[in-house]
Amino acid sequence: MVSGLTISERQRSMAVLIVLAVIGLVMAAAGANRADPMQAHGFLVLLFSLGVLCFVLNGYFEPEPSATRLTSYYDDPSKAGIVIAMLWAVFGMFIGDWVAWLLAFPDMTFDAAWSSFGRLRPAHTTGVIFGFGGNALIATSFHVMQRTSRARLPDQFSPWFVLIGYNLFCLLAVSGYFLGITQSKEYAEPEWYADIWLVIVWVTYLVLYLRTLARRKEPHIYVANWYYLAFILVVAILHVVNNLAVPASFAGAKSYSLFSGVQDAMTQWWYGHNAVAFFLTAGFLGMMYYYLPKRAGRPIYSYRMSIIGFWGITFFYMWAGSHHLHYTALPQWVQTLGMTFSVMLLVPSWIAAANALLTLNGAWDKVRDDATLRFMMMAAIFYGLSTFEGSFMAIRSVNALSHYTDWTIGHVHAGAMGWVALITFGSIYAVVPWLWKRERMYSPVLVEAHFWLALAGTLIYVFAMWNSGIIQGLMWRTYNDSGTLTYSFLDSMVAMHPYYVARAIGGLLFLIGAIVGCYNIWMTIRRPSGASALTDDALLPANLQPAE
Amino acid sequence: MFGTHYRIERKSIMLAVAIMVVASIGGLIEIAPLFTIDDTVESDPKMRVYTPLELAGRNIYIREGCYACHSQMIRTLQDEVERYGPYSLAVESKYDHPMLWGSKRTGPDLARLGGKYSDQWHTAHLKNPRDVVPQSIMPRYNWLSESQLQTKYLGDDLRALRAVGVPYTDAMIENATADAVAQASPDDDTAGLVKRYGEATQIRSFDGDKGTVSEMDALVAYLQVLGKLSDAAHQPPAPTK
Ligand code: HEC
Ligand code: HEM
Ligand code: HEM
Repeated sequence: MVSGLTISERQRSMAVLIVLAVIGLVMAAAGANRADPMQAHGFLVLLFSLGVLCFVLNGYFEPEPSATRLTSYYDDPSKAGIVIAMLWAVFGMFIGDWVAWLLAFPDMTFDAAWSSFGRLRPAHTTGVIFGFGGNALIATSFHVMQRTSRARLPDQFSPWFVLIGYNLFCLLAVSGYFLGITQSKEYAEPEWYADIWLVIVWVTYLVLYLRTLARRKEPHIYVANWYYLAFILVVAILHVVNNLAVPASFAGAKSYSLFSGVQDAMTQWWYGHNAVAFFLTAGFLGMMYYYLPKRAGRPIYSYRMSIIGFWGITFFYMWAGSHHLHYTALPQWVQTLGMTFSVMLLVPSWIAAANALLTLNGAWDKVRDDATLRFMMMAAIFYGLSTFEGSFMAIRSVNALSHYTDWTIGHVHAGAMGWVALITFGSIYAVVPWLWKRERMYSPVLVEAHFWLALAGTLIYVFAMWNSGIIQGLMWRTYNDSGTLTYSFLDSMVAMHPYYVARAIGGLLFLIGAIVGCYNIWMTIRRPSGASALTDDALLPANLQPAE
Repeated sequence: MFGTHYRIERKSIMLAVAIMVVASIGGLIEIAPLFTIDDTVESDPKMRVYTPLELAGRNIYIREGCYACHSQMIRTLQDEVERYGPYSLAVESKYDHPMLWGSKRTGPDLARLGGKYSDQWHTAHLKNPRDVVPQSIMPRYNWLSESQLQTKYLGDDLRALRAVGVPYTDAMIENATADAVAQASPDDDTAGLVKRYGEATQIRSFDGDKGTVSEMDALVAYLQVLGKLSDAAHQPPAPTK
């Protein structure tokens, strides 16, 4: 991999890594001085950068890449990103299933602080959203933007900086929770220094994206890129605003958020809901808009639907965050706005989903035979389903029942497993043979097995949570004849037990599916390149551009 | 409309700017007014601030992820008010950086927990919830009573909080460490603590072990003050003029 970098890029990498190692050392020293957990993070940064540095040094004296590289796409970072994404998937889902078992059997853990529920849970959410989802988004975005722009990445250094730097952020995040370092803001838990580092990485990512687009040989920017671009831009805005905080000391991990109480709540859920919108939705729609038509061999159904869907999502989502705060101390006018826009949001969401499903019209035989395409189709269906459910739950009177219950968890995982994970697995199965120039995946049977494991796991999970959530919500508000509450909180907690067991079993199936996927991908990579290897390096066929 | 788009999508910078503008509108309209409209947060001149010990406890609550299972926001619904107490007001989390309203009730709401149970109950419950509530699925936190609380740098925490708007005085910041220790050591001189934080400050050995100030002391001190920093929620709403 180092051999793909020019000598000056190798030097630049080393310079960056040395600076990072020094920063790690300073953090470790400062933390040690106060016996602050930042010390451990200092060592993590130090070891991480020294490790990568060794890797670069090891390849430093390899010959420079020839100039012919400039005539082909640069895919090494995408390859690495896919592999890393799958590793995070297994990690994140393993922790998720562990957490699920803990809710059924609370003592299924070690007698140690790091392994208690409250520290594992954010490791699950961060591991799957940022580790698995984020790496998959970065890897596929590099692949898609080059193909749809017919332009090579502008250099070899920045994509590696983005990918490796991003994973350093993920490691800081997850190790932080185990160590007890967290801001407690859901999906924005990492502390101030990790947040600053992410800003640096993210700006590089944006610049890289725009530079590649600037080199494009296609006059039009393909719809997948609109989504990836919105993902990068808006996540940057959200991240910066929601993480504004004052550190207690620059030598310690703890910081205090700039906003408090009701303003903090609104900012947090403006962030939280739009992390859903621009991380878990826009980015993955970008994936879908490239790999689904490509795999089906059919053009996107409608250009106009793409446009309406895209701008509708970009505009409406940003208003919807306050549906997380119905009946709370947030002023009612904001709640009402959030509800209204959440309901309207259904329209662009379904337009986007329908555009994908209608693209498959005429290719249903392929959906039947090809599990990879079926992954993507099922993802589009779950996308439609979870957005419908979301709009429904955003209605105040429905939210009165669903809020605080497992119904929310069911909705989350219909979206996260059914939509985010399935579209990612489908896209990865499509892109792996292209990237490694193989005829097909090592075993289509295993892809098929993964599909059914994932689908069964998701359905079990979601149905269990719908049941437990609605029962919970109803039990909390049931009155008996004498006008007092019928059930104690404990009654409702005990009633959840069978559903928690079912959920954990569903999650286990899903996790096994992901492990099967890893094996299949690994074997595909190891297999020699077939004679009739598939690639999608050929120019984007005109027929993949919108039909009109 | 589609013609215009046909042109925009040929210019990456124009597309990027358009995305940022379109995406910013909703947040600006919903969030900015919350800082300027006065009646967003009720006023309570008698509102107290967290003592250093309670603040340290709150940070442990954050560190252990209690917020993942417990909300601190009673909604304005009849069954919630009946189950947990008067619904939460915005002013009650005015000094909460960050707020801990929560989004999931695997366990009950804790907004009005202060005074509901004895310190002994909390200590036993946190060490092993199943000793007190046999069916409980809450995790055990038995290491809290063994870990000594880090009090040395609490002044920095108060200073940072003052920077973001909590009215800590210079004296409070200077004496943060001493005050944290004093609050869990009833036999020491606690006059300064009471002078700075008020008569209502709860001073006792929360974990039952008078010798040391443990993380358990801090966490229980925090749990016992939940819902008690302001009386606003218990007062009948002021008549509208
Ligand atoms: C896995 C989710 C979970 C986590 C994490 C959790 N709790 Fe609990 N908690 C529960 C459940 C369930 C109950 C109800 C059963 C019981 O009383 O043990 C409960 C009850 C309580 C109660 C009693 C409330 C009442 O009104 O009866 C307190 C106090 C409490 N928890 C404090 C904490 C603190 C402090 C933490 C963090 C150190 C914490 N909990 C972490 C699930 C959790
Ligand atoms: C193996 C599959 C999975 C299992 C077993 C699993 C399990 C869990 C469990 C037990 C929780 C905590 C629920 C609670 O506190 O009541 C949770 C929360 C969460 N999970 Fe998963 N999960 C899985 C996959 C995923 C995936 C793939 C994603 C995202 C891409 C995801 C995203 C989330 C999120 C965002 C939350 C927080 C929800 C909230 O706070 O409302 N999960 N998961
Ligand atoms: C039209 C689209 C959608 C709407 C209107 C919507 C609406 C909602 C509502 C009302 C809640 C419950 C808030 C609460 O009571 O606390 C919620 C929670 C959530 N939704 Fe959606 N949703 C949509 C799509 C999605 C999608 C596609 C995902 C993908 C993964 C998703 C992920 C989540 C997550 C992670 C939460 C939990 C947040 C938390 O409490 O931690 N949503 N959504």
